[in-house]
Amino acid sequence: MHFIPILSTLRRHRTAAALIVLEIALTCAIVCNAIFLIRERIERMNQPSGIAEDEIVRLQVAGVTKLGDAAEITARDLAALKAVPGVKAAALTNMVPFGGSSWNTDIGTKPGAEAREINTAMYMGSQDLVETLGVKLIAGRDFTPEEYADFNAVQSQTAHMPSVIVTRGVAEHLYPGQNAVGKPIYAHGDEPQIIVGVIEHLARPNDFQGRRGARYAMLFPVTLPYNVGSNYLLRVDPARRAEVLAAAERAINSVEPRIVLKRQTYADVRKENFRQDRSMTYLLTGVSIGLLIITALGIVGLASFWVQQRTRQIGIRRALGATRQDILRYFQTENFILATLGIVLGMGLSYGMNLWLMSKYQVPRLPIEFLPIGALLLWVLGQLAVLGPALRAATIPPAIATRTV
Amino acid sequence: MLGYYLDLAFRSLKRNIGLTILMILAIAFGVGASMTTLTVLHVLSSDPMPGKSQDLYYVQLDARPMSGYRAGDEPADQLTRSDAEALLRARKADHQAMMTSGNAAIDPQRAGLQPFFADSRFTSADFFPMFRVPFVAGNGWSADDDANAARVAVIARPLAEKLFGSTNVVGRTVRVEGADLRITGVIDNWRPVPHFYDLYTDNFGKGEQLFVPFSTSREIKLDRSGEMDCWKEAKDPEALGAPCEWIQFWVELDSAAKAKAYREFLVQYSLEQKRAGKFERQPNVRLRNVMQRLDFRHVVPPDVRLQTWIALGFLLVCLINTVGLLLTKFLRRSAEIGVRRALGASKRSIFMQLLVEAGIVGLVGGVAGLGLALLGLWAVRQQPADFAELARLDLPMLGATFALSITASLLAGVLPAWRACHVTPAIQLKSH
Repeated sequence: MHFIPILSTLRRHRTAAALIVLEIALTCAIVCNAIFLIRERIERMNQPSGIAEDEIVRLQVAGVTKLGDAAEITARDLAALKAVPGVKAAALTNMVPFGGSSWNTDIGTKPGAEAREINTAMYMGSQDLVETLGVKLIAGRDFTPEEYADFNAVQSQTAHMPSVIVTRGVAEHLYPGQNAVGKPIYAHGDEPQIIVGVIEHLARPNDFQGRRGARYAMLFPVTLPYNVGSNYLLRVDPARRAEVLAAAERAINSVEPRIVLKRQTYADVRKENFRQDRSMTYLLTGVSIGLLIITALGIVGLASFWVQQRTRQIGIRRALGATRQDILRYFQTENFILATLGIVLGMGLSYGMNLWLMSKYQVPRLPIEFLPIGALLLWVLGQLAVLGPALRAATIPPAIATRTV
Repeated sequence: MLGYYLDLAFRSLKRNIGLTILMILAIAFGVGASMTTLTVLHVLSSDPMPGKSQDLYYVQLDARPMSGYRAGDEPADQLTRSDAEALLRARKADHQAMMTSGNAAIDPQRAGLQPFFADSRFTSADFFPMFRVPFVAGNGWSADDDANAARVAVIARPLAEKLFGSTNVVGRTVRVEGADLRITGVIDNWRPVPHFYDLYTDNFGKGEQLFVPFSTSREIKLDRSGEMDCWKEAKDPEALGAPCEWIQFWVELDSAAKAKAYREFLVQYSLEQKRAGKFERQPNVRLRNVMQRLDFRHVVPPDVRLQTWIALGFLLVCLINTVGLLLTKFLRRSAEIGVRRALGASKRSIFMQLLVEAGIVGLVGGVAGLGLALLGLWAVRQQPADFAELARLDLPMLGATFALSITASLLAGVLPAWRACHVTPAIQLKSH
């Protein structure tokens, strides 16, 4: 193609060409980073919880006035909840994966506060919690009924929790390369808890420990009173979730009337926890689309002007034997050159922008494969945008050259 | 002359109406997005106690054991109950208050009204004068009430209206978890933004409805909330002497000298505690004022800052787009400009004429951008975030919007007009 004449034309429109190159570069850089951030957020929102999400519903209960023996009420609650049609299992727990507030403690393989190695989320739950959550046991077993201790007794150190179930993440950290079942951990009190089971995964309620701590969670066999645990989890038939939730609230209030703070399916728990990420994803998508549209329209506007301005030259070229195809190619090549310059500059900018984001917002490094995505996007966009004006240019008849201005 | 320029500008803008709309929309969306995010940032980073925030300090001591100690570490973020009560008794500051958040069940004792929970604060007498809390009736309680765990309470206006249908309720009682508390005062709507004095509840939350002396809250066993960190297991983590940090402590010190003296006092206190075997670590104290504390705790969510940068990047692209289009447009009129120059128009008047045209695009874009910003803020208010309802354009931000629009339009107009007015008339005339 005729690069030389194109370049010399562009040199005559240096400022305008430089501006469009800069616009393409900035769009390329922002869109590259935005797509990367969107992927990051989507990954976050899709983090596995390790539980049977489709089948779980949650009721968070609060007691307004002191109603008497909370442990006894809790037992009646659980019995009433299990009797609700459609409920396969029910348990009370102190926290919910991705549910927000959390109980955590440092654990280690040796006694003493200094030997505590990793901060771990501390799930406590009544019998059937493992079954209710639907977590996947990959080694060992569930708790036996004798292992359950009463929460208040544990708190006042008159009872000891004998056993614990840990996630694969904890097992691999504390006992790398070994079978963790049967080994001790020190989490609460001076006596160890023995690992009786290892589960594949159980997400923490929040991410205050960041990515590194995300895999550390454990379950203790503790019967909690409802005013401490407050979260009733039910495993139900997915088709009947709404119906079961309504019936479950009635069941709880038939035991003792209380305030139900939250009544939601697990899908809603997840949605609520990641709403900030979701709105960020929408914003980034909106801005990216906006930028691409603005840039495309900018290219259309500039190309249209240039076509109008060069009408006579195009006519002369046509009269001298250039085909329509040649004229079309001319504008397409011109756009390709501008886009390429913009993309090259944009790659550098993307990288710089990512470095800056890394330093300020704990964003990971931009993987190299995102750069070609941005480049391809801008090339295609440029060619599409220039097509209209270029086709118009191609229809200019040679006769125009013979007319006066 | 300006009238003539305006006329020329309107003709020119009308000639390429599609392009004009594109340029205006680009500026409008850029300004709208930037102002929406900047306003949210402005609201979230505002000073909750203007005029006083520099005199209010948050106290930190390090009562933790030696295990896990690393030199230069930040001390624990909250105080133990023992330390907080000791500092309160010492009265070394102009005002001082200990506090924690709680959730109290209120029994309305009124037909048709079910018991409900109210966000509560368990604190001490100086809380009200120190934070300049406005009262509609009565007053706070006294230091004696703190010492005696008196059965008193201060309630907020919405709670008073809910319980009694009136705010004139000083001397009446409110039943909290079975205890009758005498109301000493009713505070007006009071919502410092951010909720600076306790960053363990919602940072931009609505504030509390019920205020009870800390001592009283322990005696009638109200449920506390917020964060508690224990470094040893405790039978009763809320008891005096428990190795748990869960109390916030604020002091008012109205001069740098007093702040320095108070810091000295905290170091002395830590040393005494260490000598008495209660502290293990070397004295490690912090005394941050309100804005330092908010900054330290990163109260403005990083996502909000990120959004602002994204919007400003968007605005920049929109501006470059407009500059490019205006430039091309002006240069296309080189012939016309050449003729006008040849007929005696000065560079200056050509520049002014083109700037008027660019200015119209910028101004219309800016006004439309203001509309879009209002729409954007409305959209933010529909979000479930706890700061959502605060996202409103105030006077300074309204001014900033106009400043941004005018700057944007000037930026977009000056370069193209400057380039175009330097067209050489001779060449233009010759080539036609």
